Amino acid sequence: MSSPVGAQPLLRVRNLRKFFPIVKGVFRRTVGHVRAVDDVGFDVQEGETLGLVGESGCGKTTTSRCILRAMAPTSGEMLYRRRDGSTVDLAPLSRRELRPLRAEIQMIFQDPFGSLNPRMTLFDNVGEPLLVNGMLNRGERMDRVAELLRLVGLRPEFMHRFPHAFSGGQRQRIGIARALSTNPRLVVADEPVSALDVSVQAQVLNLLLELQERLRLTFLFVAHDLSVVRHISDRVAVMYVGQIVELAPTKSIFERPRHPYTAALLKAVPVADPRVSAGDVLLKGEVPSPANPPAGCYFNPRCPFADERCRREAPVLRELASGHSVRCYHAERLELAVPQERIDL
Amino acid sequence: MTGEPLLSVRDLKVVFGLDEGSVRAVDGVSFDVMPGKVVGIVGESGCGKSVTTKAMLQLVDPPGRIAAGEMFFRRAGGEAVDLARLDPRGREIREIRGAEIALIPQEPMASFSPVHTVGEQIVEAIRLHARQWRPEGGAVSRSDARAIVVELFRDVGISMPEQRLDSYSWQLSGGLRQRAMIAMALSCKPRLLIADEPTTAIDVTTQAQVLALLRDLQKRHGTAIVFITHDLGVIAQMASHVVVMYLGRVMEEGAVDAIFHSPRHPYTRALLRSMPGMHGETRVALPTISGTLPHPFNRPTGCPFHPRCEEAIAGRCHARVPVLRPVGGGQSASCFLHHDEAEAT
Ligand SMILES: Nc1ncnc2c1ncn2[C@@H]1O[C@H](COP(=O)(O)OP(=O)(O)OP(=O)(O)O)[C@@H](O)[C@H]1O
Ligand SMILES: Nc1ncnc2c1ncn2[C@@H]1O[C@H](COP(=O)(O)OP(=O)(O)O)[C@@H](O)[C@H]1O
Ligand code: SF4
Ligand code: SF4
Ligand SMILES: [Mg+2]
Ligand SMILES: [Mg+2]
Repeated sequence: MSSPVGAQPLLRVRNLRKFFPIVKGVFRRTVGHVRAVDDVGFDVQEGETLGLVGESGCGKTTTSRCILRAMAPTSGEMLYRRRDGSTVDLAPLSRRELRPLRAEIQMIFQDPFGSLNPRMTLFDNVGEPLLVNGMLNRGERMDRVAELLRLVGLRPEFMHRFPHAFSGGQRQRIGIARALSTNPRLVVADEPVSALDVSVQAQVLNLLLELQERLRLTFLFVAHDLSVVRHISDRVAVMYVGQIVELAPTKSIFERPRHPYTAALLKAVPVADPRVSAGDVLLKGEVPSPANPPAGCYFNPRCPFADERCRREAPVLRELASGHSVRCYHAERLELAVPQERIDL
Repeated sequence: MTGEPLLSVRDLKVVFGLDEGSVRAVDGVSFDVMPGKVVGIVGESGCGKSVTTKAMLQLVDPPGRIAAGEMFFRRAGGEAVDLARLDPRGREIREIRGAEIALIPQEPMASFSPVHTVGEQIVEAIRLHARQWRPEGGAVSRSDARAIVVELFRDVGISMPEQRLDSYSWQLSGGLRQRAMIAMALSCKPRLLIADEPTTAIDVTTQAQVLALLRDLQKRHGTAIVFITHDLGVIAQMASHVVVMYLGRVMEEGAVDAIFHSPRHPYTRALLRSMPGMHGETRVALPTISGTLPHPFNRPTGCPFHPRCEEAIAGRCHARVPVLRPVGGGQSASCFLHHDEAEAT
């Protein structure tokens, strides 16, 4: 998909920050902050899938929870374009002001087991957002839930069963049906297939792609698995210690990464082909703590290209080529190893 | 393959007797592990990978029990012992456990006790299996054992080993804990290492470091490894020989190159196809395996894969259980497309 150039994005995130205080002692004095999200910005165009990847703790979930306003950001803007064309900043809204927007922005969770209420039937689990949004007639809700179950490939007769009777993949379908019940426009999916086996994962990915086309959904797809993100996304943002370090169309970022961290991340993925030998491990050391990030570029202690300036000053995300942004001083000059070609038979 | 196997598993069956019925978690598994080689066991959640490895060490949780089969293990002295016949609390299995066969368990926290430092625990293990370090007999002193641990930590790439020795496992980062676990497993110079999803809980760049470490240790010490994972990329990069499991049975086994480049069993083929790769087209439907994994209480008759198999032969596959037989190219498969041999009924 692509939207007309210059079209207003459905969601525009600017300078988003979320800091968690670190408190100590009986007086609960604040001794520092976890910079979980530290100046994140991106646009999401209507109908596209933006993938957000990065290693554990880099701030993916915190970013998505801010957008869903499951928590209030520390600072920044999240401009959302409503169905009627007006734009609203989600960041400062109160609970009451958010209520009418809840139907438009929905969530799919990682854990298909934890996200459903085990004591409620599928009818109640899937129909709950409808009830909350004022669909009071039970018969009407039944019809809608039946339609939703069919949409995600489950039999409507299952409506009166409880979640425990379903497999992981089926439960994830139920979670998707629930998220779609209110006809959302933006769906934030946080690791929606990470808990699933390969074969089940493929079924759920296919379902998400199909639903996106049918219902013209916009996805913010959060995951740590690079091949999954590559498969589903139109564009990909790579996060490292609370920041986006690279943002580009999927093809560009996977074929020619421009940030040293992205290149190392791609190199680290084990190729499912024994004829492609594992390369040298590029990254030594560990991800720094977001409570105590290094001075300068957050990647400098692990970066083979770091120089004096990288250790002193922090680069900003800047556009290198049309639609390809990088947070690195030296991106133009780096020859980064392209991941090895797979030998196909 | 030439030479004598270090471990030879034949028709292993493990059954869990539950109130609702019995679960045949492992239902006739056979494979060999050659000295110094890496055997990868791959399969989706619940197919019996962990139970198979627990059976090798007589660590199956009750109400599970080894119901049939043999597991011949060649001990250091050259004599073969059937692990399946050993008393789970007996002297012989306790001698073997940790010293000759070591396990890196799937639950990362299960490996270390939280109330003792990692150093103390490895020192204890070394002193318990003193014979591995003092073949001529005699005890290993505490300070000698401590020196061995420092060496081991250095060997697995833990920096500042003297300090890290006095840490508790919960104080270590994911990558360091994984390394400490590997050090613990290697502390008694096992000839067979069982690694149950050793990198599933850690990030991809840390995973790349740990896999490189295991490959290096394996090369240097010639330890045989049984490597369990559901990640086909990891298996391709680690194993020399692959065992593909489904519903407690081996569907196919063979050299890693054959399994990835000329898989013969429909399940292996379907599994490989359903995985999104790092090359190839994106945002298209992935080939899937139809249907869902049957519930353990509802095992299909005949070939366990037949309800989901696209190539099932009418009148044959649902009626009889295919056995694992050589199908050429050093591979074996349990499938009637390749041979006619069925289990006796
Ligand atoms: N303690 C237990 N009690 C009852 N059933 C069990 C027990 N442990 C395992 N099982 C059953 O045995 C089967 C195989 O389990 P196992 O843990 O070996 O799977 P696995 O292949 O290791 O899966 P995973 O990839 O999820 O680790 C499953 O059906 C499981 O539910
Ligand atoms: N409620 C919280 N309080 C304190 N720190 C938090 C909280 N939630 C997340 N963090 C920290 O913020 C960072 C980013 O976390 P998260 O957004 O969950 O990462 P990801 O989803 O990418 O794994 C981590 O260091 C995490 O420990
Ligand atoms: S700015 Fe410097 S340290 Fe940071 S990624 Fe670029 S080269 Fe490496
Ligand atoms: S035996 Fe039959 S059902 Fe089983 S995998 Fe082979 S063809 Fe398919
Ligand atoms: Mg997360
Ligand atoms: Mg397991």
